[in-house]
Amino acid sequence: MRRIGERFTLLGPGLGYLTVLMVVPLALVLSYSIFQRGRFGGLVYEPTGENFSRLFDPLYLDVVVTSVKLAGVTTLLALLLGYPTAYAITKLPPKWKTVALIALVLPFWTNFLIRTYAWIVLLSPAGLVNDALTGWGLIDEPLQLLYRQPAIVAGLLYAYLPLMVLPLYAALERMDDELLEAAANLGARPARAFLSVTFPLSLPAVITGCVFVFVPSIGNFVVPELLGGGQTAMVGNLVRDQFLKARDWPFGATLALAVVAMLVVLLMIQAWSARRLAGEKNA
Amino acid sequence: MRRIPFWITYVFLWVPIVVVVAMSFNAGDSPFNWNGFSFKWYGELAADEQIRTGLGNTLIVAAGATALSTVLGTLLAVGLARHTRSKLLDAVATLPVILPDIVLAIGLLAFYALVQLTLGLYSVLLAHAVFGTAAVAAVVRTRLSTTDPSLEEASRDLGANGFTTFWRVTLPSLAPGVVAGALLAFTLSVDEFVIAFFTAGPQSPTLPIVIYSMVRFGVTPEINALATVLLAVTFTAILAAQRLTRLAGSK
Repeated sequence: MRRIGERFTLLGPGLGYLTVLMVVPLALVLSYSIFQRGRFGGLVYEPTGENFSRLFDPLYLDVVVTSVKLAGVTTLLALLLGYPTAYAITKLPPKWKTVALIALVLPFWTNFLIRTYAWIVLLSPAGLVNDALTGWGLIDEPLQLLYRQPAIVAGLLYAYLPLMVLPLYAALERMDDELLEAAANLGARPARAFLSVTFPLSLPAVITGCVFVFVPSIGNFVVPELLGGGQTAMVGNLVRDQFLKARDWPFGATLALAVVAMLVVLLMIQAWSARRLAGEKNA
Repeated sequence: MRRIPFWITYVFLWVPIVVVVAMSFNAGDSPFNWNGFSFKWYGELAADEQIRTGLGNTLIVAAGATALSTVLGTLLAVGLARHTRSKLLDAVATLPVILPDIVLAIGLLAFYALVQLTLGLYSVLLAHAVFGTAAVAAVVRTRLSTTDPSLEEASRDLGANGFTTFWRVTLPSLAPGVVAGALLAFTLSVDEFVIAFFTAGPQSPTLPIVIYSMVRFGVTPEINALATVLLAVTFTAILAAQRLTRLAGSK
């Protein structure tokens, strides 16, 4: 009896808070996706499938496809850059490991807007990148780097790269070196050992890192606005505009629901790969 | 070959920061071209009324959200670690970490509209305590996994009730985790933009909202100075937290 009271005192306040200010608001706003927009921006509680068919309107579908593409490229680059980085950190002596990890997360703790702003300074026609390129005689005229899609990818990559490296580092650090030794003893070359031992074992972490980069990239509206110059909209921009400008909450909610659906699918893939790996270990 | 991406990552991460910091000491009006050394922009920054208001608002929100998150998150962590095996409750406690901020932001906006709560500073504070609670709970749980539950059992066997055990045994052993969690919640709140953007009242912008409107209306070296100050504060806080947890952990 006492245990039950104790459990309630410990779990009750936190879970109650998260229920009222997270679970209920999420259920509420996502449920708006089946309702209609009122004439003056309010909500009409009559079910409709219209919001979902609007998702496939070429105008919006185009934004969704562009977002998936940009977030996908960002995720891929983060993996290509992040995997070797995480791997290299695990091979450092313990003291340097800490330094490398702190140097990795410190920029991440800088205000997100300021990190994005830094890229405006770097990429603008008079900025450092153009200066360097003209200085080395690679180009004559400054390039238009800002307000293009690659600038958005650079900004997103800069924002979320540590979220790729950290789970990979954690997985690679835990990895049993004896497995690699066994592979080497059995005659596997390092590349072969990497492909058939290290990489498959780190796959759940690879997927975790990809989720951590892809999902916030798709929902980001600041980077497309500041570095894309408002010329390329991503799903995040659409959601923001539907809620704060067009006041079409039901459609904004539908777009958010699409983002959540992507998140859920990716998490299911992650859970499946982790389970498969655990299953193989036990077998 | 293997070493190349390794240092590219660090160049990529640090060059923008170094450029911003260097340009904050620029005497000229351009955020791009160097015209000699000066503290001019720090003076402008200190005199900027908007930034001071934003900073004040941010500190109120962060302090309140941290206090709330620390209490809720610590209790939640102990509860989750010792009193339940429910996967669902685990998921609820970790959801704020993986949920895109914009989804939580519109959820809270819709919720506040429904319960007719006027947007102000407290609406941001309540919102920030959501991910703050999850952050504190996550950090404290990591700490809990390294403490020995048999101490709590001993305390009970010696006749202490649940409250005494929690207050005299569990909590002191968790203290470094609680402090680290609180620092994390505070830093997250100070930096948070998207949720604040959706839930702050028009008269109560937090510092990130002020920065956003400044950046949107053009690049000024004043932002470089602000960035440098924020960097110095954040870096000191992070390094202090690191030192603190290590000192406490080594006991």
